Amino acid sequence: MLHIVNKSHEQSRCLHSCLRFASPGHALLLTEDAVYAATEAGAGASGVAEAALRLNIFALRPDLEARGMAAKLAEGVTAIDYAGFVDLVAEHPTSQTWL
Amino acid sequence: MKKFMFVNRKAPYGTIHALESLEVVLIAATFDQDCSLVFIDDGVYELVKGQNTKAIGMKNFSPTYRALEGYDIEKLYVDEESMQARGLDEDDLLVPVQVLSAAAMAALMADQDVILSF
Repeated sequence: MLHIVNKSHEQSRCLHSCLRFASPGHALLLTEDAVYAATEAGAGASGVAEAALRLNIFALRPDLEARGMAAKLAEGVTAIDYAGFVDLVAEHPTSQTWL
Repeated sequence: MKKFMFVNRKAPYGTIHALESLEVVLIAATFDQDCSLVFIDDGVYELVKGQNTKAIGMKNFSPTYRALEGYDIEKLYVDEESMQARGLDEDDLLVPVQVLSAAAMAALMADQDVILSF
């Protein structure tokens, strides 16, 4: 299963709730303002660092680049481009966007 | 028949999400799909008894949850932690629900064909 979050972990509870229900082995894609949670500075407080031990975590590179965060990606998170986004959706039978 | 899960995480009147979710649930039910409704975070407020919207000029759609049974929608699940964090228990809710742990809810989610978030 693929989980998608697009809100900052400082602004909304979406990521928090997503991490509570995501099961080991699931994929998590962070897009838009959610990419801050995948940075070295944000991964601790957002829970991404801990979650990376049990989930496959991705961040959308165009959104990291747009925010000047591409060089600050946290360990355990993989940056992907739009084609990678499409591949993730195609690889997983179900996806859930945590609005 | 596909398994549809509707994930409700917003309070009822501050945004249109809760009402829109209910509309889509009813459409899916019309097509005889296997529907589950899940209430997490502020979504549990959608099911609170005694809603009265007269003074805010909005439609009180909470009685619709009681009508779902008539559409063969009987799978309503509430996240235990979200309910407790809001000082609510099953007696505060206007329909019978199954209260689930996060682990049980996660397993249920993973078993769906389609998940729609509101």
